[in-house]
Amino acid sequence: MPEVRLVNVTKKYGKIVAVDNVSLQVHDREYFSLIGPSGCGKTTLLRIIAGLVQPDEGEVYIENRFVNPIPPEDRGIGFVFQEYALFPHMNVWDNVTYGPRVKALESKESEKLGREMLEMVRLFERLDAYPSELSGGMMQRVALARALAAGAKLLLLDEPLGALDAKIRQELRYDLRRFVKDLELTGIHVTHDQAEAMAISDRIAVMRKGKILQVGTPQELYLKPQHIFVANFIGESNFLEGYITKLDNNESTIELRGELYVQSLDKRHKKGEKVVVAVRPEVLAVEKGEKRGKNSIFGHIEEFRFEGTNIRYEIRLENGDVVVVVRPALMVEWLNVGEKVTVSFPVEKSFVFTYPERGLKRELALE
Amino acid sequence: MAGSSIIKFLDSLSSRSSVRYLIYSCSLAFFFALILVPPILGIVLKWNTMADIFGNSSLMSRATSAIYASFAIALFVSFIDVIAGLPMAWLITRGGFKWLRSLDTLADIPFIIPTVALGYSLLLFWNKPEGISSLFGTSLVSPGWLLIILLHFAFSYPVVVRVMVGALLDYKREYEEAARTLGAAPLTADRTVTLSILKPSLIASFILAFARSVSETGATMMVAGAFENGPIFISNLKTAQEPGYEGALVFVSFILIVISCTIFVTIRLLGPRLKMPIKKVWPVAERKLSSSGVTNLRNGISLLVFFLLVLIPSLFVALPAFYAVTNGTLNQAITGAGIWQEYWQSLILSYSIGAIATLLNTIAGLPMAVLIARRRLGTTLSSVLDVLVNIPLIVPSIALGISLSIFWKNFAFIPEIGLLIFVHLSITYPYMVRSMAAAIERVNINYEEAARTLGGRPFTVFRTIILPLTKYSLIAGAVMVFTRSVSETGATLAVTELKTAPVLLVNWVKGVVPATSLEIGLGCGILVLFSFIILLVLRLFAKRGY
Repeated sequence: MPEVRLVNVTKKYGKIVAVDNVSLQVHDREYFSLIGPSGCGKTTLLRIIAGLVQPDEGEVYIENRFVNPIPPEDRGIGFVFQEYALFPHMNVWDNVTYGPRVKALESKESEKLGREMLEMVRLFERLDAYPSELSGGMMQRVALARALAAGAKLLLLDEPLGALDAKIRQELRYDLRRFVKDLELTGIHVTHDQAEAMAISDRIAVMRKGKILQVGTPQELYLKPQHIFVANFIGESNFLEGYITKLDNNESTIELRGELYVQSLDKRHKKGEKVVVAVRPEVLAVEKGEKRGKNSIFGHIEEFRFEGTNIRYEIRLENGDVVVVVRPALMVEWLNVGEKVTVSFPVEKSFVFTYPERGLKRELALE
Repeated sequence: MAGSSIIKFLDSLSSRSSVRYLIYSCSLAFFFALILVPPILGIVLKWNTMADIFGNSSLMSRATSAIYASFAIALFVSFIDVIAGLPMAWLITRGGFKWLRSLDTLADIPFIIPTVALGYSLLLFWNKPEGISSLFGTSLVSPGWLLIILLHFAFSYPVVVRVMVGALLDYKREYEEAARTLGAAPLTADRTVTLSILKPSLIASFILAFARSVSETGATMMVAGAFENGPIFISNLKTAQEPGYEGALVFVSFILIVISCTIFVTIRLLGPRLKMPIKKVWPVAERKLSSSGVTNLRNGISLLVFFLLVLIPSLFVALPAFYAVTNGTLNQAITGAGIWQEYWQSLILSYSIGAIATLLNTIAGLPMAVLIARRRLGTTLSSVLDVLVNIPLIVPSIALGISLSIFWKNFAFIPEIGLLIFVHLSITYPYMVRSMAAAIERVNINYEEAARTLGGRPFTVFRTIILPLTKYSLIAGAVMVFTRSVSETGATLAVTELKTAPVLLVNWVKGVVPATSLEIGLGCGILVLFSFIILLVLRLFAKRGY
């Protein structure tokens, strides 16, 4: 069955290293996502797996078969492109049955496959239509049916929802996962949309500048980010700079700017080390007035935004730092701009990272 | 300051719709009064004379053979062009080596060389003792239909390569990649997907190659010997002035124009409906044919064809030109002794006519290109105009020249040089309009609209947005108009006794004026050299712009 394994894969374009010594394993029947900002090398990595790009170094295995010298047509893959790549001179039916035809399957078998796949994507009634007569969502469903009808067991999806409207994107992303699971395929999905990846993936790899920073389940990446970039890219985080001033058996104490102190259960750092404390906006609690307590900092509301499901505050802390707090709109009392508040968070809900050598801003930058 | 105030004045003028209508009306009037209507009326005016040829069976038989030869050669050559040019374009764009890009430039050389120089070069290479014949001890190809085919292949092959290289570079490779990931072998993907999508470009390249072959006169006269195709028949008839020749001229011109237009319209109408054989797939055979061994063999044959049949024969004229430089012929040429005085005069005439045609067609063609590209007259009328501007391109130039000559000679006050300019304007007009219409069509209309919403007046928008974005097409159009005009022989012969450079060189080769092979070689060499210099200057000019 299609397990995919990459060993020390590198791809360079001139001086630019698109993929930098990447090793990765995608399990059989797993829905796996590669995410990262634009230009991080995720599409190149997917195209290397497909055989559309040859790596400069490293090995690619599909079903334990070394596939570097094998052309794309013999890798047993299906590839779904962001811009669909439906053949404009063929109608839906001819597009979908193209794979079986070029593989010289019996015409009955081709027809059966084509019909099944078109029914699965709910487009059998449009089999005579040409791509130019279909909406974006329909075109992507045809592209998916075409890739599946070719008999692929490994489905590679390159930003498959990137060109669609938000609403259709949301609907189709669950369809993608359902098709992969129902047909017992392995899916590798490239996207820059972390919410999309979180919603449908079994596991996710976060990439930046050609490297994989962390691989894990959506929960692991959200709850236990191993890298400061991941903490920011998956979900959202507030970052507070400081120094470790005390370490004991249970927790570490960090001094923030303005002689403010917070505690964390993260004890991986040395005393005196410059660190960054990351706290998610949805973890921060906010109360009216100034109330002393563990991990409590005073401040005032500087901005208030109503976002429908949530309300979002920007709070200026007493040391001058600004944090974002997100609360469910219908569950809490709304606070006004200028109001004095206390912000707090539980010790177990923060992450502490070593302060990046090249500075926090550059470390978090998407480009 | 004066410049900026003129621009300000033009800007304010362009805001008035009446001024815009006036410009478009003038452009349309130019097209109808100078380009489209005169050749049609020319034939109509002498319609009655055609009866002469029906009573002269031998002349009629010669005429029909010549017409048949013209179209048979053009169709054959165009097919061969596509078959040979397509793998070459593939190699240039997909070969994967940087050095292959230089082939792209080399493939343009026969396109730039004036066709008479190309004709003499091929004659030397294939027929004269100095050429490849020296290897065999006998003349390898005698003047006649085979040499005409070799010549027409040499100058029309670059057209196909140029068009297909452009099409392949613009082509979205995702289609091909999608086909490969679906299990198609490279050849299957190319055949069933890429070629089908590139069908319009294939058809366009075929039409252009066909038009170039059916129209060429000067170089063909050099290599034809006693063989006659349509243009040579007209030229011979005009020189001999046999009884009833005028009717025969009108008849052959009329038939050449009608058949060319019919073929053009048929291909344009039926081409899009032509289904490529894409349903049937032979996976095993096509996989074998996609192997690197077969691909290398195909590439090798493509390169061999290009170098042996196109590039080396086209550049062979450099050899006598080089000898002429070393043995003193060049000194004679520079001093203008003997036949050289007339040569320099003809060269000045050719370049002057070329420059005037380029300037006027740029001025008159730009508004027409906007009308077509932006559908300013509505979709239907603009599409009709789009077809009509192509007519001078696909009609044999000597036939066009004959009808234009008949028409314009009714206006006795027009001097001979005026006739020559009118004819060159007609023949070269489509090159500017087509080039610019295609370029303007590619410019997203949002850019124009954004500039207008930012306060740009129509002339400012054209000057600051459209022109910079279409600069290369403008230069390409100007280059094509100029080189086509300098190369033109057939239409010049049809309307005037004035000797342009190609006409003079044809006379030298045919012995009308005695000239040695070194003199002819040098004459052709100078023509080629000047063409290269002018092109270089134009390219530099294009780079200096925005």
